[in-house]
Amino acid sequence: MRNRLLFLLVVGLVAACGGSPSGAGSTPQTALTVFAAASLQPPFDKIGDRLLATKNVKTTFSYAGTQTLTSQLLNGAQADVFASADKDHMFTVLNAGLVTAPLKGFATNFLEIAVAKGNPKGVHSLTDLARPGLVVVLADPSVPAGKYADQALRNARVTVKPASLELQVTGVLSKVALGEADAGIVYVSDIVTSGKVDGVPIPAEQNVTAVYPIAILKSATNKAGAQVFVDLVFSPEGQDILKAAGFQGA
Amino acid sequence: MALAGLGLLFFLLPLAGLIVRAPWDQAVSSIGSTETVTALELSLFCSVTATAVALVLGIPLALVLSRTTGTLRGVLRALTTLPMVLPPVVGGVALFLAFGRTGLVGSPLRQAFGIQIPFTTAAAVMAETFVAMPFLVIAVEAGLRSLDPRYEEAARALGARGWMVFARVTLPLIRPAIFSGAVLCWARALGEFGATITFAGNFPGRTQTVPIAVYVALETHPDSAILLSLVLLGVSVAILVGMRDRWLGAL
Repeated sequence: MRNRLLFLLVVGLVAACGGSPSGAGSTPQTALTVFAAASLQPPFDKIGDRLLATKNVKTTFSYAGTQTLTSQLLNGAQADVFASADKDHMFTVLNAGLVTAPLKGFATNFLEIAVAKGNPKGVHSLTDLARPGLVVVLADPSVPAGKYADQALRNARVTVKPASLELQVTGVLSKVALGEADAGIVYVSDIVTSGKVDGVPIPAEQNVTAVYPIAILKSATNKAGAQVFVDLVFSPEGQDILKAAGFQGA
Repeated sequence: MALAGLGLLFFLLPLAGLIVRAPWDQAVSSIGSTETVTALELSLFCSVTATAVALVLGIPLALVLSRTTGTLRGVLRALTTLPMVLPPVVGGVALFLAFGRTGLVGSPLRQAFGIQIPFTTAAAVMAETFVAMPFLVIAVEAGLRSLDPRYEEAARALGARGWMVFARVTLPLIRPAIFSGAVLCWARALGEFGATITFAGNFPGRTQTVPIAVYVALETHPDSAILLSLVLLGVSVAILVGMRDRWLGAL
C-alpha cells in the first residue's frame, strides 16, 4: 500500500514537471481562446506556437467562416480574441456591445483565382470563369470571402454560375485542390499556404481589399493573455508571419 | 417516472423553444418566399427519390441478409449498417472519393461519358440514400426474420416459383416492416445535412435542401431559419402522426 502511494506521488510529480515547455521559465501557463476567420489558420497557428514558447500562453483556436463565429459570439460563446475577415462582422459584434472600439486592422488580403496545378483549363481572368462547362465554386455571400468575390465579379462585369456556395473559404480551396472544381475565388494567402493549387491573379482594378480587424472581447477571461496575443500579431514578428502566409501587413 | 419525465422534457423543450421564439408575424411572408419554397420542393423531391432508390435496392439486400448465415452475414450486415455509424460528413468525403471527378467510379464515368456527379441534384439524392438506406434495410430484414417460413414453404410446395413466392407471399407479409422502414428512411433523408453539403455542395434550387438552407440562414437571417425549421418540423410531425401505431410497432 505504501509502495503504491509512493509510486503515485512520483508519477504526479513527474507529470507536474513535464507541464511547461522550455523557454517559458517559471511563469504559470494560461489559456487563451481565439475565434479567427478560416483563412487565418496557417499564420495564426504559428503565432500561437510563438506565444506558447515566449509567454507560456496556450491558445486554443476556433477557425470557421467569420459569419459562423459572429453568430456564435452573439449567442454567447466565450472567447478572448476575435479576428474577423471583414469590417462588417466586426461592426456587428461591436454594435452588440461585445467589444470596445477602436478596432484595428492587422492584415489585408486580396483575392485570387485558385485552379488546379498547371492550370489545365486555361483560366486566365475572371471573365474566363463564366465559360460554359467550367465547374466554379465560390464562397456563400454570407461569408466575407463570398461577399468579396461577388464584388470582384461585379467589378469585372462577369456573371458566374457556381456549382456550389461553400460556407467557408477553405471549402472552396479544398474543392479545387481535390480536383472536383475547376476554379474558385479564394484569398491570395490561401493559395500561398496551400501548395496544392495554382493561382491566377486578379488585376487591381477588379480586386477587392479584405481588411482583417482584431479585437479583445469584453467578456474575455484572460485579458492579459489576449493583449499579449494582439501585441504579437501587430509586432514585426507577427507581421512577418502573416506576410509569409501571403497576407499584406497592417 | 421522474427520469422518464426528464427524458420527455429533453425532447419537448427544444421544440417548445422553436415554437415560442418563432417570429409568427413574419411567418406567412417568410414561408411563402421563393427561397423557402424552393428548398422545400427540393428537399421533398430528394428525400422521396432517395427512399424510392432505397426501396428498390434495399429490399433485395434485406432479403439476402436475412437468408445468409455465418461470417458472411456478419460482414454484409456491418457493411450495410456502416453509414448509420459513420459521421455524415465522413460519408460525404467517402462519396467524393468514390464518385467525384477524380474518384474510383467517377473518374472513368467522366472520361467515358463526360458525367460529373458532384454538385448536382443526383449527388444530393445519392448522399441521402447513402445515409438513409441502412434504416430501411434493417427494418425489412427484421420483418423478414420474424416471418413464419411455413407460408413460403407452402407456396413453394404448391408449385409457385421464386419470384411468385416473393411477390405474392413474402412481400404482403412484410408490408408493415417495409412501410415503417421506408418512413424512417424518408425522415432520415429529409434531415440529412453533412453528407449532402460535402458531396453535393450548396446551391439554391439544385442542392440547397432545407437543412442546408436553415444552416445558411441561421447566420444571416435567424428568423427565417427558425421558421424554416418549423416548416420541416411540421411536415415531419404530420407524417409521423399519420403513421399508425401498429406500423410503428413493427420497427
